[in-house]
Amino acid sequence: MVKIGLLHTTIRGDEKLLIETARQKKCNLEIVDIRNEFFAPGKKYRWDVVIERCVSTVKGKYAIAYFESKGIPVINSLRVASLCEDKFLTSLELAKNNVSTPEFAMAFSLEQAQNAIEHMGGFPVVVKPALGSWGRLLAKINDNDALEAVLEHKTVLGTPPHGAFYLQKYIEKKGWDIRAFVLDGEVICAIARRSEHWITNTARGGKAENFRVDKKLESICKKASNAVGGGILAIDVIQTSSGYTVNEINHTMEFKNSEIPTGVSISGAIIDYCIKTAKL
Amino acid sequence: MTSQCPVCDATVTLSDSAEVSEIIACTDCSTQLVVADKKGTDVTLEEAPAVEEDWGE
Repeated sequence: MVKIGLLHTTIRGDEKLLIETARQKKCNLEIVDIRNEFFAPGKKYRWDVVIERCVSTVKGKYAIAYFESKGIPVINSLRVASLCEDKFLTSLELAKNNVSTPEFAMAFSLEQAQNAIEHMGGFPVVVKPALGSWGRLLAKINDNDALEAVLEHKTVLGTPPHGAFYLQKYIEKKGWDIRAFVLDGEVICAIARRSEHWITNTARGGKAENFRVDKKLESICKKASNAVGGGILAIDVIQTSSGYTVNEINHTMEFKNSEIPTGVSISGAIIDYCIKTAKL
Repeated sequence: MTSQCPVCDATVTLSDSAEVSEIIACTDCSTQLVVADKKGTDVTLEEAPAVEEDWGE
């Protein structure tokens, strides 16, 4: 019987699905709220594999590092988590591996942001926290006045990470984009997220419906997954007139609202992946 | 299983498989609640922690 450690900092509907599925598949599942733990050398664990499902990105990454140091495989790995948690690092890796992604830059001052935007072909651009999720603190910047205001606010009101301005060329989505659920490089299903707002995250009100996966989507997602190290990923893709482009990659994906529209047991696929990893 | 919402005192129904640290919503006041403790069918609910800056996918 495969012994799985499921790490969390809160149990959402996604974790409930994983727990129920693991029990149905007769896995020996131990659920650990890492807020009730301390991590230090010398402690022993009997798991064959760990799945990290912490909603706290910071805490989750430390947990991944700890269990990897003990030789226990963790899904997702420290490399995957480190790359995917940071949008600039993700973009660099995608670009290095020739995966289509919107033009991007990092700048630390207004003047350099202006230079970067000119380099990228001009406005509009999107300013995003390099470390952030759920469509929060995104700003579509249409002109220099807005750029000045937003960057000043980020610099004065934000913590130091907000002083690193991750800029991305704005890509017109025409009201929808795609989230592909990718396990070990393979797209198991995908949803289209529709919204009248340019931010289509379901956390911001975007509506999910099944999206028929085609060969080109499979191909770009495989390349993107390989670029960041594989594992279980939610890859956000925009369809443009010149093909698919990868917007960003999520390494602790939420999927509970996608099982019904797609008809795919994403939780089942994840647990099967954990079992396969444990047996390697 | 049932418990009381700590905010509005409504009776909140939970499934028997509710886990400690699980997030649920009060159906009366919509407050996000967390299962703080569970001993058999005796469940304690608290207000769920506020979303923090590093929360997400």
